[in-house]
Amino acid sequence: MQESQNWSEFIITRLIKIAGYSAIVFVGAIFFFLLKEGLYALTEVQFSTFISDRWYPIEGYYGLLPLLEGSLIVTIGATLIAVPIGLGTAVFIAEVAPRWARDVLKPLVEVLGGIPSVVLGFLGILVFAPYLRVLFNLPTGLSAFTGSVLLAAMSLPTIVSIAEDALDTVPRSYRNASLALGATEWQTIWNVTVPAARSGIVTAVMLGIGRTIGETMTVMMVTGNAGVLFKGVKSFFNPVRTMTATIAAEMGEVATGSIHYHVLFFIGILLFMFSLAINITAYAVVNRKRKRSERILS
Amino acid sequence: MVIVDIIALMKIIHLIIIISITILLGACTNDSQAEGTVPSSKEKSTIENKGSDTMVNLALAWAEEYHKIKPDVIISVTGGGSGTGIAALINGTVDIANASRQMKDVEFENALSNGKNPNEIIVARDAIAIIVNPNNPIESLTLKQISDIYSGKISNWIDIGGEDRPIVRLSRETNSGTHVYFLEEVLRLGDKEVKTLFSQDTLLLPSSEGISSEIRINPNAIGYDGLGYVTPDLKVIAVAKDEEAHYVLPSVETVINNSYPIARDLYMYIDGEPTGVTQEYLAWIFSPEAQLIVKDLGFVPIHNP
Repeated sequence: MQESQNWSEFIITRLIKIAGYSAIVFVGAIFFFLLKEGLYALTEVQFSTFISDRWYPIEGYYGLLPLLEGSLIVTIGATLIAVPIGLGTAVFIAEVAPRWARDVLKPLVEVLGGIPSVVLGFLGILVFAPYLRVLFNLPTGLSAFTGSVLLAAMSLPTIVSIAEDALDTVPRSYRNASLALGATEWQTIWNVTVPAARSGIVTAVMLGIGRTIGETMTVMMVTGNAGVLFKGVKSFFNPVRTMTATIAAEMGEVATGSIHYHVLFFIGILLFMFSLAINITAYAVVNRKRKRSERILS
Repeated sequence: MVIVDIIALMKIIHLIIIISITILLGACTNDSQAEGTVPSSKEKSTIENKGSDTMVNLALAWAEEYHKIKPDVIISVTGGGSGTGIAALINGTVDIANASRQMKDVEFENALSNGKNPNEIIVARDAIAIIVNPNNPIESLTLKQISDIYSGKISNWIDIGGEDRPIVRLSRETNSGTHVYFLEEVLRLGDKEVKTLFSQDTLLLPSSEGISSEIRINPNAIGYDGLGYVTPDLKVIAVAKDEEAHYVLPSVETVINNSYPIARDLYMYIDGEPTGVTQEYLAWIFSPEAQLIVKDLGFVPIHNP
């Protein structure tokens, strides 16, 4: 009996260990593969070509600037829309809403997170883009702004549910103490509860951005995929081409081992670097040394 | 819907169809041999057919129909693109290569140096329609005007007699054969020396359906698509080769009599003169029956069946 329990324990520990290490192996293998296929691009294409402003791979134009800018514009736009709304919703659910509203809202927000991106893109093309075109009198509704709004809708559930969890873990006594000192409910939320949950809220925002930058299907369907450089705020309402949409649209037909193929993998490396940078930033913010006041608060 | 995955999905579906046909054929012949009802004196013959993705539906439909007539002949059809098919012909791994474009000079030389003598056969034609929103008052354009629109020289409908609206240019993605054809024959007007490119703000949409759905709702938009993809709720523009020529709407008739200027041939390439079963198959493709299939699939037959 004792013997068999030891055996099963041995096997289970090993399995868990393998599962744990496999994540590292997978990430390493993916990164190795990306580097192996993508770094050829640096030897095949001159650097000056990469920083030119035209992406037209079938004639040898490999300017990455429009793609980089496209991804950045859509991501920044989505963040600007999603963060205030997401944090507002999280604060409302955690701090203000009555019990019953909370019980309804939280699952609803999580359902929003379960909507497949292709369905959101479909809604965007059929309903949202035509509406925006008429509303703002744009040439076409397929624009960076449309993409931003839909991506914001996609990252909202992530932001809301993680930020709400963070606010939830702030001890009741903080709020009571603040209210007892005569602070209003708003002052309590803004000056006590939200700062106390700061690290969780930053994680929420970073994960939201991470979700946005890697999203492919929705942006490919609603941003129009025109590789144009950013020319002032008006460009926000013009079509853009993102890195993810470019890879998705072109990888299927490209000849294996061609320059175009290697450049697409190089774009993959850039995307990988972006999400890595976002994750490292989030990690650094969460684990940074806390100030004295914060140590006392928590 | 407007999904790139559809392309991949189509390929998988084609593959499944091909596999199931092969299995069915195998089953049929086995049955007949087992029962001995059809004493087959002839050898079973196989024709390998590979190439253009544009043509894969057509080639499959032909292969299925031909098998009903000649159960002894097995035709296996695969896609992969015009270039893939031609490369396979040069390497001698297929009997017939499908191509939605003509063989390039380089490919022809490669074939000759490999001991092959490519023989070009036009099996069907395909018209590319210029489409706009039904509310757009524009009825007709010259090739030069279309070229100027897509290169960015003309950016407002008012410049070509329309309303004061910005022009939104829609195109297929660069991996589409139709995109390449449009670039060479319309944007560059067939001049190989010209290096004009699409205007940078041209929207590259991942599918024909993406173009149709945007044009349906957007009066600013202009797009192009194979004639088979045009639905009645889109407005087709009449096109003239130059200002002196007549404006012509794309249709089976105008493509056949060569009056519609944006039409391309669809080709089959074989090595040398056709012989045996391949010859019979190619002869059948020119029959009214086979050309009717062309029409049903939205392509243009080489003569009106």
